[in-house]
Amino acid sequence: MANKEPLIRIRKKDDRPLYQKILIKIVFVVLALLIAALFINSVTKLNPLDVYASMFRGAFSTKRRIWITIRDTCLLLSIAVGLTPAFRMKFWNTGAEGQILIGGLVSAAMMIYFGGKMPNAVLLVVMLVLSMVAGALWGFLPAFFKAKFNTNETLFTLMMNYVGIQVIEFFVDVWDKKQSHSVGVINSETRAGWFPSVFGQQYLINVLIVVIVTAAVFIYLNYSKHGYEVTVTGESESTARYSGINVPKVIIRTMLLSGALCGLAGFTEVAGISHTISTQTSGGRGFTAIIVAWLAKLNPFIMVIYSFLIVFLNKGAVQIASDFNLNEYASDTITGILLFCILASEFFTSYQIVFRHKEEQ
Amino acid sequence: MERFDDMDNNCAIQLKNITKSFGSVKANQHVSFDIRKHEVLAILGENGSGKTTVMNMLAGIYYPDEGEIFVNGKQVTIKDPKDAFDLGIGMIHQHYKLIDVFTALENIVLGLEPEEKNDMAAARKKVNDICERYGFEIDLDMKVYDMTVSQKQTLEIIKVLYRGADILILDEPTAVLTPQEITKLFAILKNMRRDGKAIVIITHKLNEVMEISDRVTILRKGEYIGTVNTSETNENELTEMMVGEKIVLDIARDFVEEKHKRLEVKHLTVINKDGKRVVDDVTFDLFSGEVLGIAGISGSGQKELLEAIMGLQKPEEGSSVVYYSTAHGVHELVGLSTREIISHGLHLAFVPEDRLGMGLVGNMGMTDNVMLKRYRKGKGPFLHRSQPQQMAVKIRDELEVDTPSLDYPVRRLSGGNVQKVLVGREINNKPTVLMTAYAVRGLDINTSYAIYNLLNEQKKRGVAVVYVGEDLDVLMALSDRILVLCNGRVNGILDGRTAVKEEVGLLMTHLKEGN
Amino acid sequence: MTGQSLLAWISAAITFGTVIMFGCIGETLNEKAGGLNLGTPGVMMLGGIASLAGAFFYENVVTAPNPLICVIISLLCCLLACSLAGLLYGFFTITLRANQNVTGLTLTMIGTGIANFFGGSLVKLSGGVGQINVAATSRAFKVGIPVLSTKLGIVSKLLFDYGWLTYVVLAMAFRMQYFFNKTRTGLNLRAVGENPATADAAGINVTKYKYAACTIGSAIAGIGGLYYVMDYVKGTWSNDSGIEALGWLAVALVIFTSWKPANATWGAYLFGFCYWVYLYIPGSISNVLMKLFKVQRSTYMQNLYKMIPYLVTIVVLILVSSRKKRENQAPASLGISYFREDR
Repeated sequence: MANKEPLIRIRKKDDRPLYQKILIKIVFVVLALLIAALFINSVTKLNPLDVYASMFRGAFSTKRRIWITIRDTCLLLSIAVGLTPAFRMKFWNTGAEGQILIGGLVSAAMMIYFGGKMPNAVLLVVMLVLSMVAGALWGFLPAFFKAKFNTNETLFTLMMNYVGIQVIEFFVDVWDKKQSHSVGVINSETRAGWFPSVFGQQYLINVLIVVIVTAAVFIYLNYSKHGYEVTVTGESESTARYSGINVPKVIIRTMLLSGALCGLAGFTEVAGISHTISTQTSGGRGFTAIIVAWLAKLNPFIMVIYSFLIVFLNKGAVQIASDFNLNEYASDTITGILLFCILASEFFTSYQIVFRHKEEQ
Repeated sequence: MERFDDMDNNCAIQLKNITKSFGSVKANQHVSFDIRKHEVLAILGENGSGKTTVMNMLAGIYYPDEGEIFVNGKQVTIKDPKDAFDLGIGMIHQHYKLIDVFTALENIVLGLEPEEKNDMAAARKKVNDICERYGFEIDLDMKVYDMTVSQKQTLEIIKVLYRGADILILDEPTAVLTPQEITKLFAILKNMRRDGKAIVIITHKLNEVMEISDRVTILRKGEYIGTVNTSETNENELTEMMVGEKIVLDIARDFVEEKHKRLEVKHLTVINKDGKRVVDDVTFDLFSGEVLGIAGISGSGQKELLEAIMGLQKPEEGSSVVYYSTAHGVHELVGLSTREIISHGLHLAFVPEDRLGMGLVGNMGMTDNVMLKRYRKGKGPFLHRSQPQQMAVKIRDELEVDTPSLDYPVRRLSGGNVQKVLVGREINNKPTVLMTAYAVRGLDINTSYAIYNLLNEQKKRGVAVVYVGEDLDVLMALSDRILVLCNGRVNGILDGRTAVKEEVGLLMTHLKEGN
Repeated sequence: MTGQSLLAWISAAITFGTVIMFGCIGETLNEKAGGLNLGTPGVMMLGGIASLAGAFFYENVVTAPNPLICVIISLLCCLLACSLAGLLYGFFTITLRANQNVTGLTLTMIGTGIANFFGGSLVKLSGGVGQINVAATSRAFKVGIPVLSTKLGIVSKLLFDYGWLTYVVLAMAFRMQYFFNKTRTGLNLRAVGENPATADAAGINVTKYKYAACTIGSAIAGIGGLYYVMDYVKGTWSNDSGIEALGWLAVALVIFTSWKPANATWGAYLFGFCYWVYLYIPGSISNVLMKLFKVQRSTYMQNLYKMIPYLVTIVVLILVSSRKKRENQAPASLGISYFREDR
């Protein structure tokens, strides 16, 4: 009689203990690595163990590679952290790409026009400030219209990315002396506007910037009055208005901050890593960071872990590509597999599946 | 306790040992009772007693964890609403399940007949037949967002009948109706009973149980308590079964001699986004030491009126709200933002209708919620949590808020505790004016009375209290004066001690001449 | 502007419009059921590569490819790949109740990754960049309407000389409009997108409708990718994620049309005109702008003109949001996942 009862039912279960949640996450990350291995194996017929060994080499085999892995983890983390204030406010800033690009563009412009004309330290400070201003401007427009007309910010910020790309294309042409549609390494002789090595470490400043930004954002959001306003506004605009918060002001202020931090990431990329500008400067990190930030539930510590995993897989994929003569797009696919698996793990941490036979106990 | 044999063909539905839990909350535990044809069965219980949950399992919204359901003597499985329709069970939910942007007719045919040809003419005829048979009046081409609550309810009932329901379940059907509309509804229910239908009404209002039902089934804290014939019981017995103890149902109404004017509202007008005058030229005074009840069918401008006073809605030109207080002097509130009202230290407290959507932040704990209106206090850019924390402790202890910790998200607290946090915070600030909207909606009887007592206590301390409510009986027992809103206008201000319920009901629906 | 260049502009706009019209009506179907699929650009990439791969292997195996089989194979590959991608999106957002934005963005990332990965491999297989060409299939898709496309002179050129998918998508757009407004299934689908709890209580299988909408919607959007590969770039492939950029415009177009597929029939072409306007800006205006920006070459300026479609989209977004008409709003439950037992 009761055989019409559904075979599988889903029950909400949001009171799982922490260790179970962590365990579920680990299981799914391992699952992601297995699926990724399967994918690589199916297109290359390689032994997955060799592949992972190769990937591991890609990320850690030399001291320099370790530093590059750290550097790239930091860069991704800094964008995710930059998105955090906006996301805390439930503002879908999908425009990190554009904000990074425009921040990087301004940095590059400063390097080109003022390189050698002022002390390097001053130049770096000017670049830092102006790139943040530029990123903030890119964040301001969508925020203003969101505040005024409740204009859909997801698509607005997305379109701003493409506007940013065209601005970059324009300046690349203008600055390109050889008509090769590329700016090339800027100030390769003078190294003006480049991050200096500190204690012999080329990327220490990159790391320092991220550590400072992460700590500052964490404190800002959790302990400052502004941060409280951001959280209340994100939870419910009605509550925010009820408590006397000027909602439009908070939306605009927070997006200025978020845009500025993404602009800062662009500055770090240009001054501290690539020393050039192109539409590839952001390299899709703006999108990856969105997913990282959201999957980490805006917790900076979990963001570190996810950023690292993604960078590791990325480096690994590039390494396999060169070791086994594949193309570099394998890394996007593998990153996607990882993200889908983490996304799936979300479900199992907050819901429970009930099978029919369990009912009959 | 009565038991009926399975073959009893008068029995429409039998529930046996139904158990349902949500996470760690047990909503129903081993509930068994039956529903008969040709009768109106009232399911009586407090908020949180699991009466809606058990009916939702008949409607296919929830699936029971344990237990069996028999319809017309046969064991059945109801895994979704479609199964429920096929068994002739139709439920009218408390929060109407209608699509706002569809017309009445579109809502009625929704989800039926998968054929590609959209034969609205046949559907229209069938609906008209139903309307004639039971005496409904409805405009089938009206969009739902243009309808009044009562029209929406009519539509819901027609929708269920159109699907051929023989067993109708109505969840709190009278909650938002005027006395006149309730009379009309009961007449229709009686028509349907005569027609052989089984009718279940979920309610917590005793007078209605006595008026309309044949039998009463009582639930308490998710458990089945018993079933009695209405003719053999009385309100006191039912209350005792419902609450589990004897309680006095009288609401105190003390008289405070000393009265001072606290608010002078003049020509207050608010026009909403759709261009409708939701508050229309409202004028009244509010005094310390009184409870001013505001009556009106839902959506008559109650919400906007309170929000306009708080600076959350922008009043039109010519509106004026003057605030008098002994400590802070006289202020014109129109033109001040909520923030300015708070920062000028004007002690207006407001308990809004939407507790977790406006009054509190669901994902924050008590401390952070207590801070909501005072987080700006203290020097520097950082928050000062120590004082709010002390207040939270005080509120928790004085109002007996049941929470695991001060950081536990208030969203996860029970409805009663949520409201205690909100009311506690608002009266903690020693208000001059305290405005409440639907302060006891969804609360159990004991918490409701705790809230009434708190309001009365505030009144005795010289606070001017505004009470917007939907239960007219409570409103009339609690209020010193009753202001009736109709279509955003003041349609009369009555003395709470002499007012008659029918008169208030009429004022709620019919604008007086020249008004 | 000469008649010749105007004609070229119109024709470019129509081809462009066809790509995003597929994307737009596919996405509209999805959104009407409450699913905001930001994975549409990725789905379109997949549609492109799947159709290309299918055609490539068929054309490599046989010496004289049959046009009909070319069409069938590439269309089937495209529909299969995109339905699967739609199912994946559905599985995550409907069954696993994952956040729609995050799922969509991930889908775009993985779709673009897979497309470029296999695209790169196909390019390598065919002997290097620019070598891949599925000429036979491309020709089969570029067949226009018989008689009308040749016999009417300028009118033929203007209106009838496009690949047949151009007309298919127009018919689909109107059919979908009819489906939403005049059929019971369409009514039910809209109810799911407006208020799933209500639809559920009315006996509509919400999960089924949502799955159907995202699977079929993705399949339709994917044909946009196929059209891009076969007609727009004439059967070639380059790893520049050009489809992705158009995919985002398709998503934006949904808002522009205020969720009415019939509006896409002109909106898409309008976007097309904006997209190609950079080639047709009169020299006099261009010269003034060049002076203003102190730029020597007009090709530099084109980079800026290429912003126009995105700027127009932004302006449209602002306009749509600033005038709030009830009938033009997004489906009320858009972006929210539904769980019946939610309390």
